Amino acid sequence: MATITIGIMDPPYESANTPTAFRLVEAAIRKGHNVNVFCYEGATALGFAGQKPHANAVHGLSLEEEDHPNPKEWVKSLLTFAGEKKVKLVWCNCGMCVDERGVENQVEGVCRGSPVDAWKYSEASDGVLLIGTE
Amino acid sequence: MSRYILIQSKSPWESGDVGHFYALARELGDRGEVTFFLVQNGVMAARTGASDAGLDGILGGKVRVLADDFSLRERGIDAGSLKKGVGSGAIDEVVDLLAGGAKALWH
Repeated sequence: MATITIGIMDPPYESANTPTAFRLVEAAIRKGHNVNVFCYEGATALGFAGQKPHANAVHGLSLEEEDHPNPKEWVKSLLTFAGEKKVKLVWCNCGMCVDERGVENQVEGVCRGSPVDAWKYSEASDGVLLIGTE
Repeated sequence: MSRYILIQSKSPWESGDVGHFYALARELGDRGEVTFFLVQNGVMAARTGASDAGLDGILGGKVRVLADDFSLRERGIDAGSLKKGVGSGAIDEVVDLLAGGAKALWH
């Protein structure tokens, strides 16, 4: 079992980087590794509990038919998956970035930290990947 | 010997930096073990017939080049239509390298 740290910076609904990051975290958990995720800048909104699914009026789909996947649900699923696999998933937000964006209300299991924590996670990890924005 | 995983998420037609990333992979390949993993729009250059001298320059050399199978499926690219020297790989390959201590760079 190894420990991997992944840094994410893109906000939700903006970039294909986000689903790729989710896929990496899922694969690492599935393989039995501990994972630290450090969300910086816009990525701190990934776990914002206030996200709401919506219907699609253009396609005439109801909320249920549209089944819009909010990123907070993916964060929750990954935290649950880690528990099932008995590995540790730390999902840590940069606290200052959270405050700037007013996204303090996060799904259960997301913690608050600072870039110092990102440094500590990296130091204690076998592998580190930062997925930066443009 | 150092091991590296370089992840290319952009196509060469959307960012001029892509060419520099190919060059970095080629140079690192002379000093270590390099896997170049194409993901998202990065896989577009791996299609047979795609004109990208930068990618062509690292194929068949010391750098192992893989294209993310999920990104290929999303874009309707058959794994059998990739350039010679590009393999289809799962994102698990990246996880294995990270877990094994490879140095990682994302572009």
